[in-house]
Amino acid sequence: MFAANIKQVAALMQNGQLSAKDLCELCIKRMKRIKELNVFITEMPELALRSACAADRRIKNGSGDILEGIPVAFKDNFSTAGIRTSCASRMLKGYVPPYNATVVEKLISRGSVLMGKTNMDEFAMGCGSVDGAFGPVRNPWKYRFEATRRDRPGAAQSSPSAARIADRGRQFHSASPSQCLDVEADDSAEWFIAGGSSGGSAVSVASGAVLAALGSDTGGSTRNPASYCGVVGLKPTYGLLSRHGLIPLVNSMDVPGILTRSVDDAVVILNALAGHDPKDSTTVVEPFKPCALPDVASIKGLKIGIPQEYHAPGLSSDMKDSWQHVADIVENAGATVKRVSLPHTALSIVCYHVLCACEVASNMARYDGLEYGHRAKDESSTESLYAASRHEAFNNVVRGRILAGNYFLLKQNYDRYYVQAQRVRRLISQDFWNTFRSGIDILLTPTVLGDAPSYRWFSKADNRTRTQEQDVFTQPANMAGIPAISLPVALSSNGLPLGLQLLGQPFKEQQLLTAAKAIEQLVNFRALDFDKLLYCD
Amino acid sequence: MVSFFDASLPGTLPVLNRRCVEAGILTALALQCRLNLVSMFDRKHYFYADLPAGYQITQQRCPLAKDGHVEYLAPDEDHRKLVLKRARLTQLQLEQDSGKSLHDVEMSHSLIDLNRAGIGLMEIITEPEFCSAVEAASFVRELQLILQVIGVCDGKMEEGSLRVDASVSVRRPSEPLGIRSEIKNLNSIRHLMRSIEFETLRQISILESGGQVLNETRAYDVETGETVSMRDKERLHDYRFMAEPNLPPLRLYTNDTVPNGVPSDQIINVDELRAMLPELPNAKRERLKKQYGLSVEHSNVFVNEPTLLECFEKIVANQNLQNVKIASNICINEVLAAVNKKNIAFSASNLSAESVGELVELVQDEVISLLTLRKILEVLLQDSSKLPKQVIEERGWHQVSNETALENICCQVIAANPKVVDDYRDGKTKVFNYLIGEVQKKLSGQSNVKAVVRIMKQKLDT
Repeated sequence: MFAANIKQVAALMQNGQLSAKDLCELCIKRMKRIKELNVFITEMPELALRSACAADRRIKNGSGDILEGIPVAFKDNFSTAGIRTSCASRMLKGYVPPYNATVVEKLISRGSVLMGKTNMDEFAMGCGSVDGAFGPVRNPWKYRFEATRRDRPGAAQSSPSAARIADRGRQFHSASPSQCLDVEADDSAEWFIAGGSSGGSAVSVASGAVLAALGSDTGGSTRNPASYCGVVGLKPTYGLLSRHGLIPLVNSMDVPGILTRSVDDAVVILNALAGHDPKDSTTVVEPFKPCALPDVASIKGLKIGIPQEYHAPGLSSDMKDSWQHVADIVENAGATVKRVSLPHTALSIVCYHVLCACEVASNMARYDGLEYGHRAKDESSTESLYAASRHEAFNNVVRGRILAGNYFLLKQNYDRYYVQAQRVRRLISQDFWNTFRSGIDILLTPTVLGDAPSYRWFSKADNRTRTQEQDVFTQPANMAGIPAISLPVALSSNGLPLGLQLLGQPFKEQQLLTAAKAIEQLVNFRALDFDKLLYCD
Repeated sequence: MVSFFDASLPGTLPVLNRRCVEAGILTALALQCRLNLVSMFDRKHYFYADLPAGYQITQQRCPLAKDGHVEYLAPDEDHRKLVLKRARLTQLQLEQDSGKSLHDVEMSHSLIDLNRAGIGLMEIITEPEFCSAVEAASFVRELQLILQVIGVCDGKMEEGSLRVDASVSVRRPSEPLGIRSEIKNLNSIRHLMRSIEFETLRQISILESGGQVLNETRAYDVETGETVSMRDKERLHDYRFMAEPNLPPLRLYTNDTVPNGVPSDQIINVDELRAMLPELPNAKRERLKKQYGLSVEHSNVFVNEPTLLECFEKIVANQNLQNVKIASNICINEVLAAVNKKNIAFSASNLSAESVGELVELVQDEVISLLTLRKILEVLLQDSSKLPKQVIEERGWHQVSNETALENICCQVIAANPKVVDDYRDGKTKVFNYLIGEVQKKLSGQSNVKAVVRIMKQKLDT
């Protein structure tokens, strides 16, 4: 069941061999099993069952929509009407929006079943999904579940610690909202990060709790966790999908991201979501032609570029080997593989930090606790009310970016930082245009530096250091607005997934996804066998 | 009702209101501005409770239009005549309005009303060219008129449709401009004038006692008639302007540049809008002066009273041109004065062009005097179903023109006022009017004044 894709599941439901209700119940059970992974901030089992039953009725009445009854999850920065949307922040812990994001509306109105809202880094700032107010997300790969630990001979009496870990996932760290790093010193079960900031969404798909999940991607937040969790993560072209209802990080770079277990599934979701939205003035008005992939995808004749600057410091040898291996495979399959140069690649991160901080300072200005969100008790003046509310409810990552952004936006600094960063941004974009214009169709790069780091290692450095390190390969695509996809290709020597990235030309998702499917079929990556992990079902 | 976007709910995005853009363009064209065919939007950041997003979307880098000018009438220095003046404009930009805050001092809390938040505004900035409060007020009146005529704004300041911020400074002649203070949110012409007058005197007195005027924002206190400082602390206002990432540049097209194949609801064509502009007030004044030989004052009144103008033009069309002066005098000095006294608009009076036309005819033909006309108007304003001739018939208000009858009355008046007659014959010609007045009294105002004057003169001189 959990190995099936959306088309197969839809076919089973159309044939009456599977009901949406049964599928929903299986997913609810799976969600319970993975509670320790801290994937969901808000779970909606009752609502999901009602939606599933409604989908069953519609299927019986002849609805042939492929999305009827398909279980999905949304990152908790997508506005969902009547369902708490927190952005993993204390600021919005009690915020219940009155409207659906356009992408949410599109999926739900076609019969998809909302299972819950997934965990993330606070306000999408981060690359590990460890810096949210509801605690970190854990990667299911090589995760030692309580049941497993219990069953293993000689395992330590660790059940209290597992329960505490699960509990901590539910709590707020009100004393120090900035540091959710209270991992027990005696936590002998090492675990790996899910990546971020859409870690929860990636794990919800990897663990089989849902068939598709939406994340967001501003600097790699969909592709990074896709790589660490061994699933497909698609970042569409900027302006193709509506951002109305996606609580923004960087308005000029954010896109809704699609996480699925196969390229075909990503296409189903993309086709449902793409297209102009009058509520989002940055969506293009040209009508979208839905992607249609052949059953057997070919890479023959495609010109694939390998950017030399992506041989970055810190690139693991496993990842390097995979990259080389796939380059060889596609060449053998008939593609032309060529070395290219994107000379301004190394500037992308620093440019991103400036532009991101500026937009954050601006986008976060609305959080004053007056209309919604956390309101402090200090009402001695408007200023002190604002300052207290914001200090109490934002973690130090958010506050740090606000301060930096306000500094960059000062009149005397604007030209040196913001405008300069925009100029550099144009140079980065031009690197891509020049490469594509010279005849290259698609670029092949690693998604991240290596396999998923352990939480212990990852938490040794702060958020800013980690994003600077980890976003190097994913960030430039957001600068230029081009589409990109991460595909799981192999396991590292550590037994954790490795993802490679394909970068495509703007609005040429058809070409990009065809190439992705061809590679997917060539590498035949084995997805996470979840049942084996749990020893039971 | 407050929309999600105006309440700054997370995830909502701005969408340009087409009608606002068109209104901005029509205004820019009417004010002779130079339109920027590509203009941009920016965020202006500051924290205030009535600004939910913590920033206002405005156009700082590249506004919708630049330059421009307005010609308007203002009293000259002696306050006797109206003269034409010209004010230059700096720019016109589109931006969002903020909400409104009401401060409850007793309970020491503030109430925030978001109904107004996010509504589209046009900000029109002038060069510092007004030399007096009355000049500023005259300009604003003209602007109100233009906005009403082109249909973009009703200009009602008391209702908040039009707000004025006045930047005021003083200087001795031939010195450079002094430091200015800004008086914000004036919502009536009277407040505008009074606040400028007060602020001018306040600044002069500061400078004359050796002090310095502060560059600050001030508010006008209606109760005291004074301006008061609005600043709470010494703070640096850095608005941290940033390009608005969610609104692409606004592109306007002309007939030559409209792209093919794009649906018309995605295109704004400036030439199409220009063709929609009606006759503007100043052009109308010039036309009326030329066409009918009207004075500046009369043409100005007609421009401000469109339905009365319609009536006047109908009357003139039906009758000879030589009656123009009588027609305009009656329309303005008699009819308009009468409805103003009753505090109603001419359009609400139900007086028809036929009625007024008849009155003009009757006066021109010397059938009635002005005094009688006023009496007839009183009646018509109560009951507009009748025509003037009817009223005269019913009430017997014919003007007495019979020479014999008039002669008799004149003789009576002369006989009854020997001293006055002596004064007149001694050279005090002014007392003549008194004698005429006595004749009018005896005839209840229904005498042909011209004839009375002629006869009386005759009698006195013999």
